[in-house]
Amino acid sequence: MYPEIFNSNMFTLLAEAEVGKHFYWNIAGFLAHGQVLLVIWFVAIILLTFALLGTRNIERIPTGFQNFMESAVDFVTDIARDQLGESFYKEWIPFIGTLFFFIFGCNWAGALIPWKLIELPEGELAAPTNDINTTVALALLTSLAYFYAGFSKKGLGYFKRYIQPIPLLLPINILEDFTKPLSLSFRLFGNILADELTVTVLTSLVPLVVPLPIMILGIFAGSVQALIFSTLAAAYIAEALE
Amino acid sequence: MDSIISAASVIAAGLSIGLSAIGPGIGQGNAAGQAVEGIARQPEAESKIRGTLLLSLAFMEALTIYGLVVALALLFANPFNV
Repeated sequence: MYPEIFNSNMFTLLAEAEVGKHFYWNIAGFLAHGQVLLVIWFVAIILLTFALLGTRNIERIPTGFQNFMESAVDFVTDIARDQLGESFYKEWIPFIGTLFFFIFGCNWAGALIPWKLIELPEGELAAPTNDINTTVALALLTSLAYFYAGFSKKGLGYFKRYIQPIPLLLPINILEDFTKPLSLSFRLFGNILADELTVTVLTSLVPLVVPLPIMILGIFAGSVQALIFSTLAAAYIAEALE
Repeated sequence: MDSIISAASVIAAGLSIGLSAIGPGIGQGNAAGQAVEGIARQPEAESKIRGTLLLSLAFMEALTIYGLVVALALLFANPFNV
């Protein structure tokens, strides 16, 4: 879909975005997007390494890496506490924190590492969150989480929520359960993909220097999107617990 | 792809981005203006206002992104592309 000259330039080759082309793996009859799985494993290994390094020899007065990891955990604890309140936030820190760190890791892995240097037979390595399957999976997990929160707190009385404040709002309340994961997944997917496409288009026009501010904006947007996803997940859970 | 379908898809993609940029544009302008006003009135609250502003700006940006997703679906995953 790009003009011929686009593919002959080394710089533009490094920033190319291929939409809708995937490196398919056939796993037990299911087609999986291999390039997404590869980067997800990479991010998971990085996060695990950070966690292990941070907890290898825990001291009462933290130094070095433990200090860094403690401030990171404090950050996600604050997200959970702000939304869920003092009485519920503790049991939801793992979920909210994992969402934040995973999305943050995915966005930054896609933005910071020159994946295009590694060539795949088809498709390309990029941020896993620029594939809609990843973000829909995360959004559906959030849906499950808030249903679980509501049922475990109120049992079947959770369904009373649908006819409040008046029964007339029942269809809108039911619709909300579908729009929540939809908007969560589209927001994350669109933001990351939009950023990569903007960089691609700018690089095809001017290969040097000019795309840099957009790349920096992309790094910033990646962290803000991770923050928003986890904040919203916490807010939905808080709504179900109310 | 049928040429009329591709023409219609391209026009629709352009329109979906352009139209969905109007509302959030106005909204983000309003929010930023109010935030500046708030900072001018209470400079010591700047860090708090900045955090809230960035978060709400990202929410508004999401609306444009929905338009972008529709445009991308039309261009790269067109359901009428037989």
